[in-house]
Amino acid sequence: MDFLNALVALSNFVLVPGIAYGSQLALGALGVTLIYGILRFSNFAHGDTMAFGTMVTILFTWWFQSLGISAGPLPTALLALPFGILATMALVVGTDRAVFRFYRQQKAKPVVFVMVSLGVMFMMNGLVRFIIGPGDQRFSDGERFIIKARTFKQMTGLDEGLAIKTSQGITVVTAIIVVAVLFWFLNKTRTGKSMRAYSDNEDLALLSGINPERVVMYTWLIVAVLATVAGTLYGLDKSFKPFTYFQLLLPIFAAAIVGGLGSPLGAIAGGFVIAMSEVIITYAWKKVAKYLLPESLEPDGLVQLLSTDYKFAVSFAILIVVLLFKPTGIFKGKAV
Amino acid sequence: MKKLLTATAVVALTAGSAFAGGHAKEVKLGILLGFTGPIESLAPAMGAGAELAMAEVTESGKLLDAAKVTPLRADTGCIDNGLSTANGEKLLADGASGIIGGDCSGVTGAILQNVAIPNGMVMISPSATSPGLSTMEDNGLFFRTAPSDAREGQVMAEILQNRDIDSIALTYTNNDYGKGLADAIQSSFEAVGGEVTIVTAHEDGKGDYSAEVAALASAGGDILVVAGYLDQGGLGIIQGALDTGAFDTFGLPGGMIGDSLPANVGSDLDGSFGQIAGSDSEGAEVYAKMAAEAGFDGTSAYSPESYDAAALFLLAMQAAGSMDPAEYGAKILEVANAPGEKINPGELGKALEILANGGEIDYEGATGVELIGPGESAGSYREIEVKDGKNATVAFH
Repeated sequence: MDFLNALVALSNFVLVPGIAYGSQLALGALGVTLIYGILRFSNFAHGDTMAFGTMVTILFTWWFQSLGISAGPLPTALLALPFGILATMALVVGTDRAVFRFYRQQKAKPVVFVMVSLGVMFMMNGLVRFIIGPGDQRFSDGERFIIKARTFKQMTGLDEGLAIKTSQGITVVTAIIVVAVLFWFLNKTRTGKSMRAYSDNEDLALLSGINPERVVMYTWLIVAVLATVAGTLYGLDKSFKPFTYFQLLLPIFAAAIVGGLGSPLGAIAGGFVIAMSEVIITYAWKKVAKYLLPESLEPDGLVQLLSTDYKFAVSFAILIVVLLFKPTGIFKGKAV
Repeated sequence: MKKLLTATAVVALTAGSAFAGGHAKEVKLGILLGFTGPIESLAPAMGAGAELAMAEVTESGKLLDAAKVTPLRADTGCIDNGLSTANGEKLLADGASGIIGGDCSGVTGAILQNVAIPNGMVMISPSATSPGLSTMEDNGLFFRTAPSDAREGQVMAEILQNRDIDSIALTYTNNDYGKGLADAIQSSFEAVGGEVTIVTAHEDGKGDYSAEVAALASAGGDILVVAGYLDQGGLGIIQGALDTGAFDTFGLPGGMIGDSLPANVGSDLDGSFGQIAGSDSEGAEVYAKMAAEAGFDGTSAYSPESYDAAALFLLAMQAAGSMDPAEYGAKILEVANAPGEKINPGELGKALEILANGGEIDYEGATGVELIGPGESAGSYREIEVKDGKNATVAFH
């Protein structure tokens, strides 16, 4: 019984939130890594692309809600998601045509691209705030919980509760579907193969008749899907605020680099490594220890390895260790 | 060289009077608040409050030979010292005669040290509450219409005691404001025999607060006190704690009081309580009405304090008969405190007239202004309880 309690407390506070957050980071990092792999630069505008996609999704969600359309127990945002994706596709392809293509034709250095993406980031930043404002927006509806902490306690008779939010469930399921489709696309379809070829060796790909502009456009379209899905899932799980999306850039890049920039598999692994390490290393094990250890050994303190103040230090420490000993990331990506 | 200087001065003077148009003089007041960043949802109502007082004074036409008061807005970003200092310098370059701001405690200290003191400029902050600012050497240039957090810590301890709460978990936003307030709450609560199970910081604007919530839940406690910002990490922590069932009730200090919090969290927040600077003075009601007419929410946190800050500047200038900070600075305490005729919001014209005739006033304003010690508000607090998804005032302290 005590063992079960310990397990449930651990799941409730560490595993469930960690997995959900990890999935969100993984989807974000996938977008970053694809851009890096194929267009060869770090796209700092990614966080704000996520914010833009989520914003459009929110606007459609509100419209659907006012029309009385709902998805039953699921959030209405899932119905609005395709529209958000379409708008984001238009935005990123438009940005590429208007901005990035120019620099591609100039054969600009990657660092120039990074700076350009920084400018694009500020533009998008302003655009989103101009349309929806800087404040917090709530748009989740439907059932909030798959299982509530209190219901779980009553059902099982345990002292510890386990809460799983609908948004967490949806996040994990959607992440799995999106990743599966993405890998199928990259590995099995003609376009996907040409993207990989272009990523591996640009010159050889051009020689074999791959149209670079087409590859670039498909990359942006996929990135738009990933960014909007990641942003919307994150917004459903927490809340939407342009500032937070901008800040998400940091853990997303950490995840992409730890996993290996340019490697889709690495992005997913990196997302979970970053999310889990933040939660596990700073977790106060007092509660779990109390259930597992005999009374005489019960700890007085919090049994916390590091205070939560250091949680970002943890992800960056991992980042540094990875860069020192395996500069290409856990899964061999491109050198940074 | 001398001639050049004189010529420049003459040109500047004539240019100045040409710009001022129909008014004999123009008084420019800087409004240096965090229009972007962690408290960007509060800043518009604060800026509007300060501008309301300025418009009122301009309309009365009684300040220093019918001077026109022009607001100059600038951004602090709330947590961006570099931006705040640069914008403070910019305000001075634009000719501001006083600075209303900063808003968050950290940047306020930075502006004070880097801009106000070197240039002898007076600052009145409507919302910086860090106890550290009370002891900072300020050459008599710094005032605030918000009370220090040291006082808020005592009030919170008192409220917790009244509600029979023995132990609390405490988390604060990782900046001057949060740390100062958390220290004040912890020491005051422990002084009355309460137990603080854990004190931990959270960063604002981050994606995920599972780690913080997990640590807080492990430490336990009757309630969780969140000394943060309602638009930022504070909201994330509360949401996380409710979702995982870690805590049901929350203690909410000033930075967490605002309409958006109950609206965002929903009915689960009912029963949580806290306190925010505010008094039961009639001025507060008058101000709320004036703000509603002007088209903004006058009950928004620190909006009344901003109105008072602007009013104090203008009244002190009138009392000194000068818009030079070195001359009117000393008058701020005089106009703010007794003796004299009590002045409520909307009566600035009357106050200016009394001062012009050599009389004395005791500015009460929208928050019952009473400046103590080194020029900070004495601090009356409203005790708030969340009922049916709304912040309701249940008592005054």
